[in-house]
Amino acid sequence: MTDAHFSVAPAAVPAAAAAPALGERPKMSARNLDFFYNGFHALKNVSLDVAEKRVTALIGPSGCGKSTLLRVFNRIYSIYPKLEAKGEVLLDGENILDPRFPLNRLRSKVGMVFQKPVPFPMSIYDNIAYGIRHYEKLPKSEMDVRVEQALTQGALWNEVKDKLRQSALGLSGGQQQRLCIARAVALRPEVILLDEPTSALDPIATGKIEQLVAELKDHYTIAIVTHNMQQAARCSDFTAFMYLGELIEFGATETLFTKPTKKQTEDYITGRFG
Amino acid sequence: MSDVSDRLYRRRRLVNGFNLVASGLCAAFGLFWLVWILWTTLAHGIAAMKPGLFTQMTPPPGSDGGLANALFGSLVMSVLAILIGTPIGIAAGTYLAEFARKKPLGEAIRFVNDILLSAPSIVLGLFVYTLVVRQMGHFSGLAGGIALALIVLPVVVRTTDEMLQLVPSQMREAALSLGIPQWKVTLQVLYRSALPGIVTGILLALARISGETAPLLFTALNNQYWTHDLTSPMASVPVVIFQYAMSPYESWQSLAWAGAFVVTVFVLLLSVLSRAILLRNKVSHD
Repeated sequence: MTDAHFSVAPAAVPAAAAAPALGERPKMSARNLDFFYNGFHALKNVSLDVAEKRVTALIGPSGCGKSTLLRVFNRIYSIYPKLEAKGEVLLDGENILDPRFPLNRLRSKVGMVFQKPVPFPMSIYDNIAYGIRHYEKLPKSEMDVRVEQALTQGALWNEVKDKLRQSALGLSGGQQQRLCIARAVALRPEVILLDEPTSALDPIATGKIEQLVAELKDHYTIAIVTHNMQQAARCSDFTAFMYLGELIEFGATETLFTKPTKKQTEDYITGRFG
Repeated sequence: MSDVSDRLYRRRRLVNGFNLVASGLCAAFGLFWLVWILWTTLAHGIAAMKPGLFTQMTPPPGSDGGLANALFGSLVMSVLAILIGTPIGIAAGTYLAEFARKKPLGEAIRFVNDILLSAPSIVLGLFVYTLVVRQMGHFSGLAGGIALALIVLPVVVRTTDEMLQLVPSQMREAALSLGIPQWKVTLQVLYRSALPGIVTGILLALARISGETAPLLFTALNNQYWTHDLTSPMASVPVVIFQYAMSPYESWQSLAWAGAFVVTVFVLLLSVLSRAILLRNKVSHD
């Protein structure tokens, strides 16, 4: 891929009302983003900054567009027909929605973990090595090191180090999800998108993933969609509350949960939302 | 009040009992014929089994012989059909499931494939007769293999398509979100996931063609002798069964039973094997 030839001048950033000055360097920014599902207006003029090496949580009731927003950040939505994003999403100042932005480079920089753990039907080792092999030709010894690193970062190494050659399908749900995180981390991305990563897991596995998120933010920028408000409060630095496709309120997690400025936010976080 | 619900309950029990008995009888009726057919085949077939069956050629009336040339011909043409039909079928099924899903062209191809799937095999035989036999000027094993390939093809297209569609879309998303291109994801991740199903489809296609007679009558015809020459007419078990079973000679009829027995056991084994593959895969996924 001829990435070197590719450059899009950083767009003049409009003063977006919904994106407060966070005092942080934005790694990714949505700017006046609209999204359409076959004509249905799912995101309405959303502007939001995802701060570098911080955890940004997206909360809101089902159908509010939080997952949609996340799925725009690595353009995974584009594998389905009739979906359309308008506006800008910047990654280090480059607009990733520009058709000229190389899709696979984007996805190597912005990894994603989904709600349901989906290990590939291969061994634990190969699940991690598969993505790496696509980008780098490594001798076996180096690959072993990379796989161990990734599994360690995914807080899974101690549990699987003796059965790396076994099928990943034999792992428990929580282990599978950590494997998926390790698989994303193995490519050394810059941003990790987590789409309700714990909603299919029990509380113990959830605790492990949350702890993992806290450790990962030293190295990666993280955006997490969650239905669980305690989770957002526990493990994020910034929280965005969305409702009916609009970004209602966005700010430091502590402020948003203790002194929300909008009535809708308050109703939602106190559980009064209908 | 309780009177009404009592009556309702009794009525439901009655209706339930009636339907249960009726559907049980229907199942028994259907199975009865199947068991009868299998039993007759096995009883006559086992009686007709002998060591020479697999070593001797099909005999002239009255003399001793076996089915060696027919079994070999069936094997050659079936393998040829699988070799032709499988790669094309898998490629087409992959196109339908991965690259043309929900597109009008894909839907049209899927519809046409379903028609081919249910086309009478004798029509396929006639088609290959005009296309290959008439051009070559004579019957041949090659033409037989091609006719059988046309039966294999839609089965493999259909199973590949369906098995790939059964792979959860999250698997695609997960692999694509690593930044790996779609063709690579399809070959390295999705095929792995769908493989047991695709293999099962191929085995079932093989089971289906191993009993096909009509398309071979017009294409491979028959041969009294051993041949491995694809350009010459070739014997096959179903055609030999057809010919011998219709004959007045007892030795031929007994060979026909033996052939029917061998084909039945072969198909049975293929079905069991394909079930085993699917089942083993299911267990390992849970």
